[in-house]
Amino acid sequence: MSGKPKLHYFNGRGRMESIRWLLAAAGVEVCLYRMSPCLVPFSLDGSLLFQQVPMVEIDGMKMVQSRAISNYIAAKYNLYGKDLKERALIDMYVEAVIDLNELLMTHTFQPADKKEQHFATIVDKATNRYFPVYEKVLKDHGQDFLVGNRLSRADVQLLETLLMAEECKPDILVKFPLLQSFKARISNIPTIKKFLQPGSQRKPPLQEKDVPKLMKIFH
Amino acid sequence: MAGKPKLYYFDGRGKMESIRWLLAAAGVEFEEEFLETREQYEKLLQGGSLLFQQVPMVEIDGMKMVQTRAILSYIAAKYNLYGKDLMERALIDMYVGGTDDLMGFILIFPFLSAEDKEKQHAVIVQKATSRYFPAYEKVLKDHGQDFLVGNSFSWADVHLLEAILMVEEKKSDVLLGFPQLQAFKARISSIPTIKKFLEPGSQRKPVPDDKYVETVRRVLHMYHDMKAN
Repeated sequence: MSGKPKLHYFNGRGRMESIRWLLAAAGVEVCLYRMSPCLVPFSLDGSLLFQQVPMVEIDGMKMVQSRAISNYIAAKYNLYGKDLKERALIDMYVEAVIDLNELLMTHTFQPADKKEQHFATIVDKATNRYFPVYEKVLKDHGQDFLVGNRLSRADVQLLETLLMAEECKPDILVKFPLLQSFKARISNIPTIKKFLQPGSQRKPPLQEKDVPKLMKIFH
Repeated sequence: MAGKPKLYYFDGRGKMESIRWLLAAAGVEFEEEFLETREQYEKLLQGGSLLFQQVPMVEIDGMKMVQTRAILSYIAAKYNLYGKDLMERALIDMYVGGTDDLMGFILIFPFLSAEDKEKQHAVIVQKATSRYFPAYEKVLKDHGQDFLVGNSFSWADVHLLEAILMVEEKKSDVLLGFPQLQAFKARISSIPTIKKFLEPGSQRKPVPDDKYVETVRRVLHMYHDMKAN
């Protein structure tokens, strides 16, 4: 068990999901620690730099801050481009995906009277701001991957978001043929294919019934 | 076209301020184009300069970079402010993540309703003094070095100084009880490039005022109040 990264989080997607995706894509096995939500602050007393999860024990560090963790994993497993310029592109694409993820993630937490408008915002931003950019990137260079003609975290994180967006609105990719083929292509990569199968570490979407419990812990 | 980086943003702090700090700390001269009208913004949009239709945007090394974090990471790496290896980078990323979260509470402050401003003020002070400052105080105490990471000046130090000064603007004695941070603040402030940035006449922007808020709202057509965290 020692040597495998250990993930500390509750049993759901949240801010840990992108990290699970990256580790899975890199073919890294993890040691799981499912925590009971009410024990979060106490059982890890002193281990949480800013009193928050996600926390990942990896290579002798107790890492916090999901971006820091993702950056480390991406660099360690060669999913971060070959030089500074590729890294810059990857970072730009990933940061925007994170922005869209925030919208998607917070949808379940919206009060009933705001849900419809929030849904409309998601669809608008996804189809008018974000997806057209990635569609164009793929169209312009005609390559299989977003950056540098090889798999990077940008591809992994974009796929994650595309699938989450489809959970929100199944036909959301209808106007984006290249994103559709990108989705099929990246999903077929062996490590990712495995992660998309039942029994993997991938977490299901948040259920409405779990929201009150989570609101209590995190707000 | 090697030239000075050019920053596209409002004439105010917002998300661009950390980028100004980092460039200044690295001793890099930069130009700025200030967005004052909706027309300017639409022109940038139509010209395809804003990848995700947003500012900050920085023209640097032939790229039109967007996404604040991406821009900061690039500058840090280019100017050797990102540690010497993966482990140091990880620490810097963690520390910057914390100060980013802390400054995030202050970033939205000018856009809150009067009632929410009062609550948010308390939140800022509480988070600073019970979550973030203690963490950095301990880091400095534990290793006893001048800088947060690797015994050398990095992005983490610049970002923390920026955060400290911003919180002090909200509560001037907020560093009471944090002797390491007080010494850190004095020390980092006297680094020549930073000292220069802290002097009047630099490109550092003042505390956001009503005019700044009006400009942002007008240019972005952002007329709703933001919600406090």
